Amino acid sequence: MKYLDEYRDPELAKKFSEEIHRVTTKPHVIMEVCGGQTHAIVKFGIDQLIPEEITLVHGPGCPVCVTPLELIDQAIAIASHPEVIFCSFGDMLRVPGSSKDLFSVKAAGGDVRIVYSPMDAVKIAQDNPQKEVVFFAVGFETTAPGNAMAVYQAKKHGVKNFSLLVSHVLVPPAMEAILSSPDNLVKGFLAAGHVCTVMGYEEYYPIARKYKVPIVVTGFEPLDILQGICMCVKQLEEGRAEVENQYARSVHREGNVAARKIIQEVFKVRPRKWRGIGEIPQSGFDLSEAYTDFDAQRRFDVSGITTEESPLCESGLILQGIKKPEGCPAFGKECTPEHPLGATMVSSEGACAAYYRYRGSAKQR
Amino acid sequence: MKKNNEFIPACPIPIQQYPQIMLSHGGGGKMMHQLIEKMFVETFKNPLLDQRHDAAVLSCSSEKIAFTTDSYVINPLFFPGGNIGQLAVCGTVNDLAMAGACPKYLSVGFVLEEGLPVETLWQIVRDMQATALECGVQIVTGDTKVVDRGKADKIFINTAGIGILEYTLEINPREVREGDAVIVSGDVGRHGMAVMAVREGLSFESDIESDVAPLSGLIHDILSEGIHVHCLRDLTRGGLASALNEISQACQCGIHIEEAAIPVEENVHGACEMLGFDPIYVACEGRFAAFVPSEEVQKTLDVMRGHPSGQGACVIGEVRKGSAGVVTMKSKIGVDRIVDMLSGEQLPRIC
Repeated sequence: MKYLDEYRDPELAKKFSEEIHRVTTKPHVIMEVCGGQTHAIVKFGIDQLIPEEITLVHGPGCPVCVTPLELIDQAIAIASHPEVIFCSFGDMLRVPGSSKDLFSVKAAGGDVRIVYSPMDAVKIAQDNPQKEVVFFAVGFETTAPGNAMAVYQAKKHGVKNFSLLVSHVLVPPAMEAILSSPDNLVKGFLAAGHVCTVMGYEEYYPIARKYKVPIVVTGFEPLDILQGICMCVKQLEEGRAEVENQYARSVHREGNVAARKIIQEVFKVRPRKWRGIGEIPQSGFDLSEAYTDFDAQRRFDVSGITTEESPLCESGLILQGIKKPEGCPAFGKECTPEHPLGATMVSSEGACAAYYRYRGSAKQR
Repeated sequence: MKKNNEFIPACPIPIQQYPQIMLSHGGGGKMMHQLIEKMFVETFKNPLLDQRHDAAVLSCSSEKIAFTTDSYVINPLFFPGGNIGQLAVCGTVNDLAMAGACPKYLSVGFVLEEGLPVETLWQIVRDMQATALECGVQIVTGDTKVVDRGKADKIFINTAGIGILEYTLEINPREVREGDAVIVSGDVGRHGMAVMAVREGLSFESDIESDVAPLSGLIHDILSEGIHVHCLRDLTRGGLASALNEISQACQCGIHIEEAAIPVEENVHGACEMLGFDPIYVACEGRFAAFVPSEEVQKTLDVMRGHPSGQGACVIGEVRKGSAGVVTMKSKIGVDRIVDMLSGEQLPRIC
């Protein structure tokens, strides 16, 4: 398939692999930030093409994984209202809350629907004026413009029965949280290509300077990731800590200006809780003052729902790159995709699910 | 699958009294009688059905028969490349064919939702008969129930089928041996993506058509050539990956396949990439995997490619010594990984 096969060429992959071997002289720990990259690394076996000295650790960039348990519980509470049509992207539906998931709400008679765009949810609201339509606005900077546009359009067209349950998080504050942790092992980053497509990469310069880490904006295909690793290793070997852009076919320095404008119009930055990590200052979005009428948390009064996580689950350490999925004692035993203890095992982009799916359980190995 | 619409002369709907199915169409009285006589018996017409007995009495020329059943529920009822009626015939016929049987007789049970347009039922019934004729099977007995509006989703169909085993060959997952080649009969993932595209209102540059088709003719060609097939498996729910996992578990061997060798149509590939799906887990309704001894691969491919349903046949891997239930795949960039069975259906990704 055009524009895909070119980036999965085995010969070119081999060349990049050889180049990475050639430039590597010492151990390096590199974190790929985005869950999409983790998925591709494990799916295509990219980590098997790089030298043993390089450890890839899997970052917190899986929106499903970092959505706090209490927001899932709030979503479940809202979706259980008989007058609600609850709309979500598909992969949130299987994430377990403290007692059940959204699929169970659907099975019990709740109107829970998978949509492919938040604008579809606005349309559902227009078509069902007697119902309350709530969209579960989960994601990083990547999905923020679409979600912002949905609220913007709802306000513009007077769609009063539409609201968002917002769980938006931001990449740069999470990177800073990882880098400033005393346990941090990460020495270089592959920044998330699609987040940077929206936001650009200017905000990474101060991080690279302050923490002296190379940051390479990287795409999602095997050759993108191999090239990103190669660029990052070269910087580490040469003692440089710069922001570089591997994913230039999609990412511009200033990002997508129109998308950033709508985000700025609809959202404001606030502290956010991250599943497995805890609260990170200024690390997420909430609806700005002009749009609070569209806040489902207020409309359904669920902000009082708070939930603690399973003490067995080590997804927090995995999301920060301190542990690998196989290092968790529950991996493949108490915790499987059928009975996930934490969201990293549920989402297809979660590091634990990717390892389980493509590397097999402990039994298979 | 060939278009069936022009197969039977375009007769008018035989029941004009009500444009929609009423509860009384299942009530045991005249209306039910009329529906059965004018629509089902008239369309599925054959001497066995004409017996109008409580059960069809079949004569059987073989010591061994194969027997299977399946129920069909699908939304939408009509999708590019087919409809629920064609599925209900092909699905059961294909299950029989996978056991090496020549399909002969089908039963059909309809659960109809009150309010279903009679025109819709009529089209489905006609397409069922056209598909049955194409497969050489007769629909010899049936049942109809009508449920209150809202208690079913328009129409559910159950079919059961009987096939005759004409060959003594054991075709069974447990017959699969180390060294067997794994052949797929064509591109994978089309049915699932075709249905999804219609259901979710997704439009792509070109329409994706379901691959729904009867496979009994193709299987007959393979078996009549004397090819020592060890196992056949149609790639329905869970797609290629789930089928291979099941076989690997049953034969207690590992299976190794190559991603680059698996045929996937470009538009299916594109749709899957967009939604974060892997085509090897997406359902087909006219594709199967064959496990054959390596020395008979070329002959098998020649036979398969000579049949319209097997033109895209190719080798995708082999059975290897390895742990039971472990399927591995060489990725496009040349690295091996495990192909696991999914815990549920694939869900579209957030971003």
